[in-house]
Amino acid sequence: MFKGNLFILTVLVGLSSWFNSPTVLAAEFNSPKLNDLLHGGLQSKGPVNFTKFFDQDSTQKFCSELKPVVSSDEAKRLMSENLKGIKFLEDGAYIGDWARGELIAQSGKGLRFNDSENTKNGGNCYACHQIQKEELAHGTLGPSLYRYGEIRGYSDEVIRYTWTKIFNPQALLICSNMPRYGHNKILSISEMRDVMALLLDPESPVNQ
Amino acid sequence: MLKWSVLILIFGAFSFSQVFADEDTTAGIQEYRDLLDDVNPAELWVFSGEELWYRKAGPKNASLETCDLGKGPGVTVGAYVELPRFFFDAQKVMDLEQRLIYCRTLIQGFSRADIISYPFTKRGQETSEIEMLVAYIASESRGLHMNIPLMRIEEKRVYELGKQFFHFRAGSHDFGCITCHSGDNQRIRLQELPNFRNKDEASKSYGSWPAYRVSAGEVRTMQHRLYDCLRQQRFPEPIYGSDLMTALIMFLAKSADGGLYEAPGIKR
Repeated sequence: MFKGNLFILTVLVGLSSWFNSPTVLAAEFNSPKLNDLLHGGLQSKGPVNFTKFFDQDSTQKFCSELKPVVSSDEAKRLMSENLKGIKFLEDGAYIGDWARGELIAQSGKGLRFNDSENTKNGGNCYACHQIQKEELAHGTLGPSLYRYGEIRGYSDEVIRYTWTKIFNPQALLICSNMPRYGHNKILSISEMRDVMALLLDPESPVNQ
Repeated sequence: MLKWSVLILIFGAFSFSQVFADEDTTAGIQEYRDLLDDVNPAELWVFSGEELWYRKAGPKNASLETCDLGKGPGVTVGAYVELPRFFFDAQKVMDLEQRLIYCRTLIQGFSRADIISYPFTKRGQETSEIEMLVAYIASESRGLHMNIPLMRIEEKRVYELGKQFFHFRAGSHDFGCITCHSGDNQRIRLQELPNFRNKDEASKSYGSWPAYRVSAGEVRTMQHRLYDCLRQQRFPEPIYGSDLMTALIMFLAKSADGGLYEAPGIKR
């Protein structure tokens, strides 16, 4: 009886050490990595280039971790790195044309593999945000921007904050879901000014 | 005969989808479902898929009856809810669509290039045989529960890779699957987004694919769903039947483990 138990115990110990043996670890080491899978699973098409896509910047690498520690020193370093790249306008003319801004906010086109290289990029703001009250087909991934200027005021501080948020949201909140419209050149300076107007022109329907 | 009824249905659904596209609301979809009552258009794909499964085809003039989907040669009932899984003959983990490519090349003698060149039906063109076969195999698991135990080390590895890819953020917009599918009660425009960190939502979502898509007038497979997600994510084009897609499907299937499988259904 006792001998039998001892035998089972020995077998179990033997098995567990086999599971942790170097051969198994070696197999683990040689198993495919995500990088191999990405190379075999995605291909360049239209405006999307695989090599460029694959070459993540340090912010993307950090935010691809299963649980990025957003309070870490690395997170702070990345935020200041993103902040450094923001282009502020010397003439201070941040407010463009809100009607053009509305068209940019509505459009979800551009930079998808089925788009042409010449497709004009949209901002697709309505995909995630409520903006004008009349547009009911808005997403909820981001906060509502309805009455954006009315609520926050039109001070230089608000304008600079909003420009920063549109140009590079990773400068304010690391691993934000929002695209870096200026940093990644999704929108031009002039297009971002139009989106600014949609939010911060007192005449914009957003603030009526 | 069946081909004709599929064609008639496609054209019918086309005209309907034109009217419907403008409404774009959850209530509208419900109305459309009620209108169809018990008649699910996906059933036509299921019937055609069943016919294809048993029909001799390809250079080897063989049916797919000897194809093993994981539960033994020719066993279709309950296969889908246990996929993806490790296959000894291929020595790798495969999802249904990758497995069908394997069977059709090995058993029927089709070329892999031919099969993966036309996975998703394009407007006004012939219905893809893959979509029919997938609809049939999926329907054979209706009413069962997802069962993804990850018993084998290979399956665990593929799951982990899929999980990493789910969290992978890159490209012009810094998007990843996680951007839209990690919070409760979120929408893009009016489209509700399943949270894959929430088992109930993951089950409801995974358990409803493949589906007849009103907007396309076609049955779309899980790989097509991912293809369209990745397109909107500004990712490069996914390669049909690749191990990357299988890994992502494994992560999603495991997230839905235990959930009721109810597809093919109807979607926007």
